[in-house]
Amino acid sequence: MSKNDVLIQVNQLYKIFGENTNEALELVKNNMGKDELLEKCNCVLGLNNINLDINKAKIQVVMGLSGSGKSTLIRHLNRLIEPTSGEILVNNQDILSLSQKKLIQFRQNNMSMVFQKFALFPHKTVLQNVGYGLAVQNIPEKEWNEKAEKWINRVGLDGYETYFPGQLSGGMQQRVGLARALATDAEILLMDEAFSALDPLIRSEMQNILLDLQNELHKTIIFITHDLDEALKIGDRIAILRDGSMVQDSDPQEIIMHPADDYVSDFIKDINRARVIQAKSIMTRTKVKSSGATVKEDMVLEDILQIMSDAPTKPVTIEDSKGKVTGKIEMDNLIEGMKRPKSQGTNITG
Amino acid sequence: MDWFFNFPDMSRSDLREFKKTVDFAFTDFSRSYGAEIEGFFEPLLMFLVWFEKFFINTPWPLIIFGILVLAWIGSRSIPVVIGTFLSFMLIGYFGMWEDTMSTLAIILVATFLCISIGIPLGIAMARNNKIQAVIVPVLDVMQTIPSFVYLIPVVMLLGIGKVPGLIAVCIYAIPPIVRLTNLGIRLVDKDVLEAADSFGANYWQKLFGVQMPLALPTIFAGVNQTIMMALAMVVIASMIGVKGLGLPVLRAISNQYLALGLMNGLAIVVLAIIFDRVTQKFGLRMQKYRSEGKD
Repeated sequence: MSKNDVLIQVNQLYKIFGENTNEALELVKNNMGKDELLEKCNCVLGLNNINLDINKAKIQVVMGLSGSGKSTLIRHLNRLIEPTSGEILVNNQDILSLSQKKLIQFRQNNMSMVFQKFALFPHKTVLQNVGYGLAVQNIPEKEWNEKAEKWINRVGLDGYETYFPGQLSGGMQQRVGLARALATDAEILLMDEAFSALDPLIRSEMQNILLDLQNELHKTIIFITHDLDEALKIGDRIAILRDGSMVQDSDPQEIIMHPADDYVSDFIKDINRARVIQAKSIMTRTKVKSSGATVKEDMVLEDILQIMSDAPTKPVTIEDSKGKVTGKIEMDNLIEGMKRPKSQGTNITG
Repeated sequence: MDWFFNFPDMSRSDLREFKKTVDFAFTDFSRSYGAEIEGFFEPLLMFLVWFEKFFINTPWPLIIFGILVLAWIGSRSIPVVIGTFLSFMLIGYFGMWEDTMSTLAIILVATFLCISIGIPLGIAMARNNKIQAVIVPVLDVMQTIPSFVYLIPVVMLLGIGKVPGLIAVCIYAIPPIVRLTNLGIRLVDKDVLEAADSFGANYWQKLFGVQMPLALPTIFAGVNQTIMMALAMVVIASMIGVKGLGLPVLRAISNQYLALGLMNGLAIVVLAIIFDRVTQKFGLRMQKYRSEGKD
């Protein structure tokens, strides 16, 4: 990735909640931990030296358990929360230096947000909710009605324009939330645990809608979640937060193959590796065609296993999306790949 | 040990001196500024007189028709409209029409005043904790101080008449609308406000597009309470020269006329019930969006 692809840069971002934050900041910079800080200064460490580059037109997932600071981080990007110290650049513009007026314009034009609890306006109809981001820009009503209508159709809610949010199911409400965020045509979409409140089937459906839309719109999406399966499904990159610090920020495959520490290993412990790991992560690099079948680089191990079970001794050939041979996989590689990585510790059961 | 059994209070002459000073200061104040203050309230007096005359001089069938239409617009309920019709017919039949119209006039003007001062005050309190910290104790005093106590300075300043009566009614009736406006705005869901912020709404867009509409049912409960309290003040206000249903009640107390007191008292109750039902139904209808099914 070249520097030009980076749309959002977060540099040395600190957030401390409480009084005497300047004093506390010094202590944190001198490596004082979260618990000690709470005891000594009565301050809560929200974010601790976060550095993150977010690429244009990609989905950046930020993951962590509750209290890890992920929702705090995303609210810094549109300054719903002000940092204690640090720098946030969007398109090389320092958003922390924006005046209140410029900030409002920035929020209207450049970023929109989808919320965990939907946060729809209960007294406005679906149409008015979706058009809200446009209405606050004083765009003529007829114009925003048209645009809102378009996005309502796009998320599959045509016919519900005059309903109030309270009359819709959770899944439908979040479609409204999504349409509201898309209607402003902002380049950046912030999604704060957007699908966490939905039940699994609806959640999966919403993830697909999001991926469909992303194929078409190429937004820069920052997606917060605590669900690893969701992160792996939609993320182009995954950053993992713990107690306000960034533990790892990398390609999803990389996180599974090489977790940075025990915290991350713990996170990925329960996933079905065969269904997530792709051929390219475990293959032996070679340009020579092997004796077995030929499969694509991004095929998951489960599917490769299915193919290999017909001829276990023949290694499969791996090719990239253009059909060029890039490697091979043998049965041993498959078994090795499905094993949990070493940094996990010794208590391997079953 | 004398101080232990008798409170070491200020000497009588000092106390008399103190009271005298306060009294004279206020008398001086009202002498030098009374005319200006009266002048300030002149437009209000003219409006009140005009409004009262309008109610009394309009033929009664028109008034009843107007009231019924308003009751229908407010409540959308046939029983409430029928109840209102019967109540006003009875009031008229028992010879209390004119007094009722006077009371109606002062209640409506007082409510209008309370709303136009109270709602902006409530909004300011909701916006700023310091303003809230200043106003809350003032409201506490206004609600708990015996009304006779603030009648004294008001009468000293403005004499006896409609305007001091109106002011007395407003002092008593304004706290609920201020408090409930403040509360209603503060209770608006933080998530929803955050959403408005994230889409770049400015302060006024948030206030009028999100906070006020969502606080409206609470604010309306405040309007309802304000009207009720204004009605409760009618008898006391009549002591300082406000015409209406309070005056006969006052006469009934001093002369022990049971029937007169009962009739006029019940007329006040009936007015209160009508106001209450109509405004409550109206408040409920404003939260239509909270209902489950689509109508």
